[in-house]
Amino acid sequence: MNAHPGPVAPPAIRTTCPYCGVGCGVLARPDGLGGLAVEGDPDHPANCGRLCSKGSALGETVGLEGRLLHPMVEGRRASWDDALGRVAGDLSRIVAEHGPDAVAFYLSGQLLTEDYYVANKLMKGFVGSGNVDTNSRLCMSSSVAGHRRAFGADIVPGCYADLDEADLIVLVGSNAAWCHPILFRRMLDNRARRGAKIVVVDPRRSASADEADLFLPVAAGQDTALFCGLLVHLAESGALDADFLGGRTEGFGEALARAREIAPDPASVARATGIAEADLAAFYDLFRTREKVVTCYSQGVNQSAQGTDKVGAIVNCHLATGRIGRPGMGPLSLTGQPNAMGGREVGGLANMLAAHMNYLPAEIDRVGRFWDAPRMARREGLKAVALFDAIDRGEVRALWVMATNPAVSLPDADRVRASLAKLDLLVVSENVASNDTTSRGAHVLLPAAAWGEKDGTVTNSERRISRQRAVLPLPGEAKPDWWIVSAVAARMGFASAFPYRKAADIFREHAALTAFENGGERVLDLGGLADLGDRGYDDLAPVQWPVGADGEGTARLFAERPFQTPDGRARFVAPALPRLATETSEAYPFVLNTGRIRDQWHTMTRSGRSPRLGSHRPAPFVELHPADAARLGLGDGDLARVSTAMGSCVLETRLAEGQPPGTLFSPIHWSGETSSDGRIGALVHDHVDPFSGQPEMKASPAAITPEPMPLRGFLLSRLPIGLPDGTWWARAAIEGGTGTLFAARGSIGRIAAWAPALVPGAEIADYLDAGAGVYRLAAFVEGRLEAVFFAGPAAARPHWEAARALFAAEAEGRGARQALSGRNAGPDPGPLVCACFGVGLATICDAIRTKGATSTEAIGAALRAGTNCGSCLPELRRILASEAATPANERLSDSLVVR
Amino acid sequence: MTRRLVVVGNGMVSLRFLERLCLHAPGRYDVTVIGQEAAPAYNRVLLSALLAGDVDETGCNFRERGWYEAEHIRLRTGAAASAIDRAARTVSVAGEAIPYDRLVLATGSTPIMLPKPGMDLPGVMAFRDLADVDRMKALRGTGARCIVIGGGLLGLEAAYGLARLGLETTLLHVMDKLMERQLDRRAAAIVRKTMEAKGVRVVLQADTAEIVGDGRVEALRLADGTVIPADLVVVAVGVRPRVDLAREAGLAIGRGIQVDDGLATSDPSIFAIGECAEHRGMVYGLVEPGYEMADTLAGRLAGKDRLYCGSTIATSLKVSGLPVFSAGEIADDAGGEPILLSDPVGGIYRKLVLKDGRLAGALLIGDTGEGAWYRSLIESRAPVSAIRHDLMFGRVDLPQPEAAPSEPTRMAA
Repeated sequence: MNAHPGPVAPPAIRTTCPYCGVGCGVLARPDGLGGLAVEGDPDHPANCGRLCSKGSALGETVGLEGRLLHPMVEGRRASWDDALGRVAGDLSRIVAEHGPDAVAFYLSGQLLTEDYYVANKLMKGFVGSGNVDTNSRLCMSSSVAGHRRAFGADIVPGCYADLDEADLIVLVGSNAAWCHPILFRRMLDNRARRGAKIVVVDPRRSASADEADLFLPVAAGQDTALFCGLLVHLAESGALDADFLGGRTEGFGEALARAREIAPDPASVARATGIAEADLAAFYDLFRTREKVVTCYSQGVNQSAQGTDKVGAIVNCHLATGRIGRPGMGPLSLTGQPNAMGGREVGGLANMLAAHMNYLPAEIDRVGRFWDAPRMARREGLKAVALFDAIDRGEVRALWVMATNPAVSLPDADRVRASLAKLDLLVVSENVASNDTTSRGAHVLLPAAAWGEKDGTVTNSERRISRQRAVLPLPGEAKPDWWIVSAVAARMGFASAFPYRKAADIFREHAALTAFENGGERVLDLGGLADLGDRGYDDLAPVQWPVGADGEGTARLFAERPFQTPDGRARFVAPALPRLATETSEAYPFVLNTGRIRDQWHTMTRSGRSPRLGSHRPAPFVELHPADAARLGLGDGDLARVSTAMGSCVLETRLAEGQPPGTLFSPIHWSGETSSDGRIGALVHDHVDPFSGQPEMKASPAAITPEPMPLRGFLLSRLPIGLPDGTWWARAAIEGGTGTLFAARGSIGRIAAWAPALVPGAEIADYLDAGAGVYRLAAFVEGRLEAVFFAGPAAARPHWEAARALFAAEAEGRGARQALSGRNAGPDPGPLVCACFGVGLATICDAIRTKGATSTEAIGAALRAGTNCGSCLPELRRILASEAATPANERLSDSLVVR
Repeated sequence: MTRRLVVVGNGMVSLRFLERLCLHAPGRYDVTVIGQEAAPAYNRVLLSALLAGDVDETGCNFRERGWYEAEHIRLRTGAAASAIDRAARTVSVAGEAIPYDRLVLATGSTPIMLPKPGMDLPGVMAFRDLADVDRMKALRGTGARCIVIGGGLLGLEAAYGLARLGLETTLLHVMDKLMERQLDRRAAAIVRKTMEAKGVRVVLQADTAEIVGDGRVEALRLADGTVIPADLVVVAVGVRPRVDLAREAGLAIGRGIQVDDGLATSDPSIFAIGECAEHRGMVYGLVEPGYEMADTLAGRLAGKDRLYCGSTIATSLKVSGLPVFSAGEIADDAGGEPILLSDPVGGIYRKLVLKDGRLAGALLIGDTGEGAWYRSLIESRAPVSAIRHDLMFGRVDLPQPEAAPSEPTRMAA
């Protein structure tokens, strides 16, 4: 290296990414100013040094703006002692008056295993209720139930290395290109290196589908028909593994009979799924002939009122061919959250007790003895949707929410939000000072450690336990969640059972419980880690459970090892006839699908802080087919009201050829903090799967109508600024502050009247062309550009790229005219495409045209775009195709503008 | 025989006329110029800058006496024309009758003094000529307290100049905002802020009742009873055309000396140009229309077929270090579609007025760099709808294809 020797850099700390369930290793290096430099850990087996756009931007998300930094009681700052006393006192009183089932904890896949363990122990062993549930219920519980039905326990049989060795990878209800980008890169690498085929099953042509060798556009809810058809095909084509079927499984006959009922022949499967027969045949042929098959599935399977049966139908095909637990083959549930798996391991779901033990009397007794618990829960608690129903009915009177935002994420979210106000006690452990849940009258807010400050373990989708290590000091009075729960437990009189002084103490206890009276019948066994010293815990290398006495992990299960059923045999499942929980109607003729976008995570409390991540899709939107849009009189970027029987949102339209006619897609990320009308949870029906209790979030009957607003615009400000009631708005992080996109009714004159008051005390420069309906404002405080506001007619709405560049550059007072001009100081990079390296559409188009960058590799070489996480590669290919298809004189990067 | 041409007045317009006449018709006339001030024509527009010390006196000079001699122009300064004998075709100066065949009146205007008690006290003055500047400059270092009455361009310039001399200066304006005819509320606020930043105390709605003093100015009393001590009072409440000479000669007078499109007065051998002239009901208190009249008349007297059809009022004045430009129709009640840009921090205010897809008016404060471009757009009547959203932010190219035929409305300079 030619770099000058600088001051010695602090050593990078190995930790784990807090986003999806891939569980990538991260090297984090504090910059000493509260920020972090982040790169992928080349030694972590999940990612081998890669990070996706979200992980790469972690350093931008650790700022303290908006953080909850001290306890609050009844809206006022309080001491920890007072806050903990209030929580413990009220919980004890409510339990005494109304019984243990009147209280509940609602946890999160964001919590570390140690946090989860302590909360679960307090509720199920000491309060005496099963009412511990988690947002994993909305995410993975159908996979949990599916695993338990088929394998006897919640166990992922395979591992990520199978993706490197498979000859066929089937993605079902998974947009891995956006939601698990690093695993998707592994799949693409396999294809490039070994020729693996990739099949994507999804109702809409996602970014993953764009990359697939074969895309099967399955009708919503019909995955079961597709896989029943596959099972029938395998049976009829002699592709079954008779030895495995006979020696290792039960129930094949019944399952096949049901499959024949659901999918008697390819024509009926084609009818049910909407997939062309030829494509079905191609898929079935691939599955039959390529032995090394991994079937990955995610929320498209899980978030369904029949999600558990969908998992069963998929697993059936692997069991029938004996393709499980061997290199390159098996079903692989791609978990949504960073530690959904860890939470499941300690019992963080209401229908599991602890350490993969259930509510059988012997298990209750065993856990009770291990914990020395006075008041063991005797039965399953309430699953998430039922829990909030019980709150609404007044049966649950105290709720402690940790690290999640149910007022946004649950189905029928407006009702959930309203019901929170009925609680006698609402406690929220949070990082942020305000969100849709805390703002509904939380009695106590407890400042919890955030990702960069937490210390403990997480488990990823391949059962790999990784250390998450603190890389930043605890700010203000923030505390780890396990500390907070332990402190409340102590004040409730259980100090001796919660003596933890550090995360390692809890991990050892958890590991010991998994091994406690475990004669090999429970696969989840961390016995080899139960005696880990503090040093050993600190240095723990990523390891896959079960972990033997020698400390060695286990990559694959069930090729040889018996399943965790009483007889050791796997169970085939005979799924119910596939159908959606609710049908479309005249009033609600569309099927509304929901999901994630590439650069955001959940309700954006973390990813939403990153300007890079905010650029990709800055406003809540609904995708629909251009033919539907034309019929409804909607153009791209218009505003539309999307309604269901539950509620309604107002969203920007995106016309997408890949969205089947009659269907809609909207992302889940926007909350009341980031949008005026973008809470998708409020639209989702609360129909749940009978086994998992997971709600059907991807198929709500919906209507869509134009919601014309004559004026559109944006506001860039250093701090978030509220707009007048009646204004539609959405907020995203930008470099140097917050960007708010808005739409308004009324005249430009009215806007010109209220806009200057948005920034009290600022020096205002503004521009008004009332005749053209244009108003622009730049506000300065002490010479620094504080806000930029543009409003114009909806038909010619202002775009913010130029103003954003100026805002980021901290324009001085003399920059007012520049700010108001809407002109670029330099070349306009256009809407962001590559979030990792901040490369915009116009820059890419320019490289294609003038630098001859006619492949993604060439673009990568010229601009670095697409060379890190690769999640923009599909978009790059679309841009390349579009550029190639457009005569040079008609090219206009605007036509590709991603709003 | 060479015809005799007499020019009464030796201000900026007069000189411009002489220069153009010498260019177009050298030797055609036997020219005599009568100037009341001692110095030959100087740049009156720069008096404020001279007062403020931004230029020196040589910076205000145009032509040395040698130029007049070289052009065979008789220049008589330091004496005013006292009468015109139209029958005899002579002009009286200091008892001498100077004969003319053609007479050009370029007598300019005189400052208006308020009809209030005390206006005749020593220490009360106007701001019109070099002598006024000298009187004010003499106060440097005396600690004199100054009051300027009048919040128009000239008053602002006077107040600015006095403040620059280090004198305690108060600007009184009877209206509720400065330059009320040229500015709206926000523009006036910028100007006021600029003035205050330069050390001028600004009092609005200040209705002067009287000047108080025993033998010389001691204070000024406002109608509301406020008394402001003062050693100097500068009155800058406007000018009126100097028409006495013409009136006494029996020429048609309105607000100024009435002229036709050929700039002839009611006597076809007598012409009037500049601030003293009234053309189509308009009296211009600005130098540029005067220049256009001078150019037109010089052309006509050189035998060319020129007419004056009025001026696009476009002015580019420096007010107390704050550039101001205005052209065309910018009044609030002028109709059209105004586009406004206001940047008080940058000291910038702009108003563009569109009518029928064309630029009809432009008002620029703070940065007048693009004034010429706007003026050319106004005059060319070029369609500007295609650049409407760029118009405010600096020069951009007009779309080329179908450039509308331009219809010039003013004489070529």
